[in-house]
Order: sequence, then structure tokens, then C-alpha cells
Amino acid sequence: MEIVLLQAFNALSLSSILLLIALGLALSFGLMRVINMAHGEFMMLGAYTVYVLQPLFAPLGGPALGLYFVAALPLAFLTTALLGAGLERLVLRHLVHRPLDTLLATWGVGLVLQQAARSLFGAPNVQVTSPAWLNGGLAVLPGVLLSAKRLFILGLVLLCLGALFLYLYRTRGGRRLRAVMQDREMAACLGVPTDRVDALTFALGSGLAGVAGCALTLLGPIGPTLGTYYIVDAFLVVILGGVGQLLGTALAALTVGSLNTLFEFGSTATLGKALVFVLVIVFLQWRPAGLLAVRAR
Amino acid sequence: MAPVLVCERLVVEFDGFTVLDGLDFTLEAGELRFLIGPNGAGKTTLLDVIGGQTRPRAGRVLFRGQALTRRPEHAIARLGVGRKFQTPAVFPSLTVWENVAVAALGRAAGGGWRGDRALTARVARALERVGLAERSGVRAGRLAHGEKQWLEIAMVLVQDPAVVLFDEPVAGMTHEERERTGALLTALAGAHTVLVVEHDMEFVRQYARRVTVLHQGRVLCEGPLAVVQSDPRVREVYLGRDHREGD
Amino acid sequence: MRADRWTALAPTLLVSAGLLLLGALAPLGLSDFRLSLLAKFLTWAIVALSLDLLWGYAGLLSLGHGVFFGLGAYAMAMYLKLEAAGSDLPDFMAWSGLRALPWWWEPFRQPWVALPAAVLLPMGLAGLLGYLAFRSRVREVYFALITQALALIATILLVGQQPYTGGTNGITNFRTVLGLPLAAPSVRLGLYALTLLALVGCYLFCRALTGSRLGWLLVALRDNEGRLRCLGYDVVWLKTLVFALSAGMAGLAGALFVLHVGIISPALVGVVPSLEMVIWVAVGGRGTLSGPIVGAVLVNAAKSGLSESFPEIWQFFLGALFVGCVLLFPEGLAGALRRVAARGWARAPVPRLPRAQRPAREALPSLEGEA
Repeated sequence: MEIVLLQAFNALSLSSILLLIALGLALSFGLMRVINMAHGEFMMLGAYTVYVLQPLFAPLGGPALGLYFVAALPLAFLTTALLGAGLERLVLRHLVHRPLDTLLATWGVGLVLQQAARSLFGAPNVQVTSPAWLNGGLAVLPGVLLSAKRLFILGLVLLCLGALFLYLYRTRGGRRLRAVMQDREMAACLGVPTDRVDALTFALGSGLAGVAGCALTLLGPIGPTLGTYYIVDAFLVVILGGVGQLLGTALAALTVGSLNTLFEFGSTATLGKALVFVLVIVFLQWRPAGLLAVRAR
Repeated sequence: MAPVLVCERLVVEFDGFTVLDGLDFTLEAGELRFLIGPNGAGKTTLLDVIGGQTRPRAGRVLFRGQALTRRPEHAIARLGVGRKFQTPAVFPSLTVWENVAVAALGRAAGGGWRGDRALTARVARALERVGLAERSGVRAGRLAHGEKQWLEIAMVLVQDPAVVLFDEPVAGMTHEERERTGALLTALAGAHTVLVVEHDMEFVRQYARRVTVLHQGRVLCEGPLAVVQSDPRVREVYLGRDHREGD
Repeated sequence: MRADRWTALAPTLLVSAGLLLLGALAPLGLSDFRLSLLAKFLTWAIVALSLDLLWGYAGLLSLGHGVFFGLGAYAMAMYLKLEAAGSDLPDFMAWSGLRALPWWWEPFRQPWVALPAAVLLPMGLAGLLGYLAFRSRVREVYFALITQALALIATILLVGQQPYTGGTNGITNFRTVLGLPLAAPSVRLGLYALTLLALVGCYLFCRALTGSRLGWLLVALRDNEGRLRCLGYDVVWLKTLVFALSAGMAGLAGALFVLHVGIISPALVGVVPSLEMVIWVAVGGRGTLSGPIVGAVLVNAAKSGLSESFPEIWQFFLGALFVGCVLLFPEGLAGALRRVAARGWARAPVPRLPRAQRPAREALPSLEGEA
């Protein structure tokens, strides 16, 4: 019983991380049909932001040391958001309606970012000390200890999801985003500055990647290749979730995360990943447009 | 005349919006029928359902007694339904000649291996018919809009389909090209069954015999043009668009 | 008509002759080490060819061609390993604690199983995966991502199943092929010649294919798949066929690769190598067949050179190459050459309409019928 609960929690935790990563991807893909292969590297940079910030807070010492993480979150968001905006303006703007080309171009950018990280920080993984207030966990039942770090990440993801929802459905900017996502030409005719929406959206998505990177520092060592491990899963989530469907992406993240956890627990991890892949392919047979995709003209 | 195409209670929905609302529609063999109606009435969607590009949520389409509704597009094409799209659907990277050759080699055109000479003869004939013979070496992407329309018509013709669906065939054509298209459509009827969606009322008036008016996913009115034109419901639906000729 | 045919065939013949000539001269001028390097590049050129057939002509981008290359390579490696081990268990299996040879390794002892398997296994996998993916009408982007996921899965499986696949180290330590010693210079020269012939053969095969009616279908597929469907073509089978052919060629290249390099490991067949394969085609020129051959050799020569002296720069260079190819020179080397040459000839340049020339959105309906 305890094992089931623990595994369920692990699945939820993994799903939440995947969701955070996939959200940014889904945004840029849904809006601009951009496949951002550098998304993983943005995540990596977000993680390194925490790593860089950590020694800066050292002189404060004591409990204030833990604050660096709280400071790192918005900083990582801003850094990667700016980088994303830059990428969009310089490269992606010229590749509208060419998703395969954006895939290749962003992969190149990702390579450059990875190598830059390697040159700056060294190739080996580095460890980030998590804030002291995130050690330990919540004992829900005897034998079931829910790690505080994972709970924090869960909370963080929910916060981001909520903020995103508010932005999309309660603000003017979000409305414009949705308009451009649904019919770009029409939105442009109605005076929506589509290129600004593009840059903003891409920045937003990249910022979310940065936050995801921060979250990942809590779970283990980080290195230049941090992004490559999660990126394929994230893309599977986006494909499965259907284009432009927030709810679909969430459900897909839950599915992929749960399946990964289930298979890792049941069989060897490697076979598990292969199985998830096979399942996604099989599922796409039945519903090619994703979990909740909508029919449009 | 036996009905060659029967549509029964077709329902098509997109994202909550009902485009076809229990549509019933029949085409007699050898007819030349025009399909008109305001934007959003469902004309192109009806063609999409018949041609297999869209699956209806309910209802069925019978072609010579055989159900088309669950079949994939290429199977429907092979059965003898030809489609000319609203935006000219040709292969821009191939030459005019190669475009028609690809069409002629398709299963819809009878399929199977065709020797070079037989293929050349078929392609040449089709190109003659649409007047593109001297442009056969040009890449289709380079053609003018009207020429692209003609190329697509040639590709459809070479299939020799029993039912041909034309979606706005004269859009973007010059006056002279329009006359040629009209003549072609009239010539096609009889041996083939032709269904034409058109907005151009002048063209409709000139060449239509029977007209079906669609409105909000259903058939509003059907019959000879004169009858349809004077129908008050049709007038109302077009909201004065015909007011210049309405009496 | 005859003159036409000659002008059409001339480039093909020129390229083939050029390849053969350069290839024949190479052993005279290059050291043994560099010659085997060239041989390696030539096998990669075959992969580039196969990818060009799939991407440049049919318009299907595969980001997992390393897997098909790898299947062919591993098939050959298994055969070579069993030949080297003789009646003993292959060394890596013994280290990993296996007691007996797994049953599915046994058939690869026979060359007449292993060699065809190097081509047929990738074809089978591509056929199955392709059929499933194409049948569900996944869009080209999703297809690319699925192939990339395939590459990742393959790597994970290869690394994870160490007792059976050699794990991260892969399979190496070969001795002979068909009884001939792999280290002997004469055998190496022979293998080099075989690879060169294979490259030219594949090139001619692809030329014949793309120049035939099937070639029209591939271009038509890339241009307007929906139209092709309405003409009665079952597009799924067409795509599956091209995918399988392309995979088979990549498998052949993999098998030849192992013969020259003497090792195969997951690092050579995963996500990153698969993407590099795409860059070779992009640099050389998509849809030209000769371009990707040049692209593969050039980019890998650059990689060899740069990696030796400045390993860090290579990654930056590669990344910049990706961005540059897409943004600045999408037609690649051969494409640019063709465009320049086409001004003198009547031949149409390489397909890929610039944005301005893409079909206009639906024509405005005639104003006469409406208010």
C-alpha cells in the first residue's frame, strides 16, 4: 500500500516537472508552430542561474542562505525569457510557417548554448545545495514520506499553471495571444501586433523553461546536458496533448509521467522508456491529433 | 434518370459549430448542377464530405448505391469521384506535363502501368482540351492563376471521373477563360455528372440549369434557376444581394 | 528527344565519373590512416544520399536515421564478433556474466544471414514504424519528432542491455571478415573500393528512382499530398516505401562503416549523429543527390580537422552551421550551384518555392454575385 502511494506521488512529481517543461514548448508550438529544440538548454541555463547565484548569497550565511533559491526563481525566469526573446527576434522571426526549419535552427542554437555552458562551467555535473528549509518531507502515512522538495516543485508547477491560466484567460495580453493562436491573419487585421505577441509568448515559454531548470536543481546534480534528458519526453507530451490545448498538455504530462514511473518501477528503466514510446505511437494511431484535439476547418 | 449520388442526413460539426445540419442532397446521372449559397452555408464542406476530405458525424453518402462515407480519400477517388479544389491544387515543382502525367497514372484514372506512348497520348489530349499544350514544359508553380485552374481541370479530366466536383472553378479567371470553362462544364455534363460550387452569379446565370441553394447547412431551395431566383426565401437569405435583378 | 536525354543524363554521368576518378586516385595520395578516414566519410555519404531521397525528394524529415545506420552496423558487428570469437563467447558477454550465446545472436554467425539482415532489418523497422505513423496521418513535424524519439530509445536500449549489445562501449575487437584479415592493407584497400562502388551504385540507384515516374510521385508528395490522394494514390504506401528504401540504404552504409572503423557504439547512432546526418544533407543541398555526398565528406572532414585541434570550436561551428543552413543558405552548395548554372540552361532549378511564390490563399470570390 505504501509503495503504491509513494509511486503515485513520484508519478505526480515527474508529471509536474514534465508539464512545466512542456508548457513552454506547447506555447511556442501552438502559437508559432515553432519547435524549440533549444528548450532543454534554456532549462539548463535556468539551472545554472541557481548555481551561479548560490555563492553570491554565501556571505549572508545562516537562514538567509536559503533565500537564494527564492531569488533565483524570478532571475532564472527573466534570464531565459530574455534569451528566448532574443532568439525569437533574431532567428525564428524569419522562419514563420517553417516548423522543420525552426527545429534545425533551434537545435543549432542549443548546441551553441550547451558548448558555452561547457566552456564556462566545465563539462562535469555540479551539485547545487538545496535550501535547508526544503530538506526532509511530509510524513503522510507511516512509511510514506513525501519529499519536501518534490512537494515544493508540485506547488511551483501549480502556481505557474495558475498564473498562466490567469494570463491567458484574464488579461488583455493573454486574449491577444489566444487570438493570434487561433487565426493569425485575422488578429493582425484587427490590429494585434503579432510579432510582439510572438516575441512575448516565446519569452514566456522560455522563462517557464528556466523555472523548470531551477526546479531540477533540487532533484540532483546539473550539467550542460541536462536538457537532453528531458526534452524528448517533453516533446512526446506536447504531441500527445495536442496543439494549443492547455488541458490536453496537462493530461498528457500526467500520462507520460505516470507511464514512465510505472515502467521504471515494474521493469528496467530502459525498456520502460521504449514502452512509453511504443504506447504513444499506438495511441496516435487512434487519435492522431492528440488527446483532446479539436477539429478545425 | 437514376440518382448517381445521394446524400442522406449529413451532419458535420467543427468545434461546436454545425456546418451541415441534416443535409439531404441528390444528383442525377449526367446532370450539371450548381450549388450556391452565402458564405458559411456549407457548400465546400459538402464537397469535402463527398470527396472524403471530411468525415461527417452522421449521415451517409451513396455513390451508385455504394457507401462513400467511411472510405479514405484515395478509395473514393478510385471509385470515380473527381475534385477540383477552390485554391488550385497542383504540384508546383513539377512541369505542367508531369502534373497531368501523375494524374493519368493514378489509380483514379484506371491505374496500372501505362507505356510511354499511351501516357503521352492521354496527357497531350487533356492538355489540348484545356489549352495548355504549348505550356507543357513550364513548371506549374510559374503559371498564372487562371492557368493553374486549367491545369487542375486537366488533371481531373484525365481521371475521367463519373462525378466531378468543381469548387469555384472560375475564381480569378478572365472573361474569355470563363467562357471556356463554362463551355467545358456544359460539354462534360451528360457523360459525366458535374456539381459546381460558385459565387459568381453572372456565371451561374449563364450556364446553370438546375441550382441548389444551401443555407446554414441545409438545402433551402432547389430547381431551375428561374424558379430559385424568384423564391422569396432565397432573396431574403442573400439580403438584397440580388436586389439589382430582383423584381 | 535524344539530345534532351543526354543533357538530362550528363550531370549524373559526370558526377559518377568524378566520384570514381577521385576515388581511384585517393589511395595514391593519402596515407593509410587518411584513406580509412575517407572510407568512413564515404559510408556516411551513403547515409546522406538515403536521407536526401527521403527528405529532399519526398519531403519527410527523419531525425533518427542513425538508428537505421546503427541496425546495419550492429548486424555486421555481430557477424564480425562471432567470427572473431569462434566457438567462444564474445568477450563483452563473458564480462557481463552471460553463460551462453543468446539465441537471436546465433543466426548472425552466417554471413548470408548477417549481410542481408544489415539491409533488411532497418527496412523492416522503417516499414513498420512508417506505416503506423503515416497511417495515422501524423504531420511532418510530428514524424520528425517521433524519429528523434526513436533515436533516443534506441540509444537507451543499446546502453541498457549491455550483456547483449556491448552497452556504451559497443562491439569491437574484430579480426576477420569472410576469413580475410581486417588489418591487412590489401583487404582494407579492397573494402575501400567496395565502399566507393557502393556509393556510386547507390547514387545511380537514387538517380534512376528520382528520374522515373516514382520520382514524380515523390515530388508530388512533397508538393501537395492531398492532391495526390485525390488522384487515387494511397499515399501511406508511397511514404512507407520511400522510408523503407532510405532505411535500407542507411543500413548498408552502417554495415560498411563497421568494416572500416572496427567498432560500433550507441554514441554513433543516437540523437546527435542523426542530426548531424541532416546537416550533411542541408549543407550539400537538399534534393540534389550529389550535394549531400559532398556535404557529408566536407562537414566530416571539417569535424575531423577541427576536433583534432580545437574540440570546443567544433560544437560552436556545428551549431552555427545549423542556423546558417536554415536561415542563410537553405539550398545548400549544390542548390546554389544549380541556380547559378540554370541561368544558362533551360532546366528548372531545384524545387523549393521561396515564400513569395507559394500558392496564394483562396482567390477572392467574384464581386458580381454579392453586395
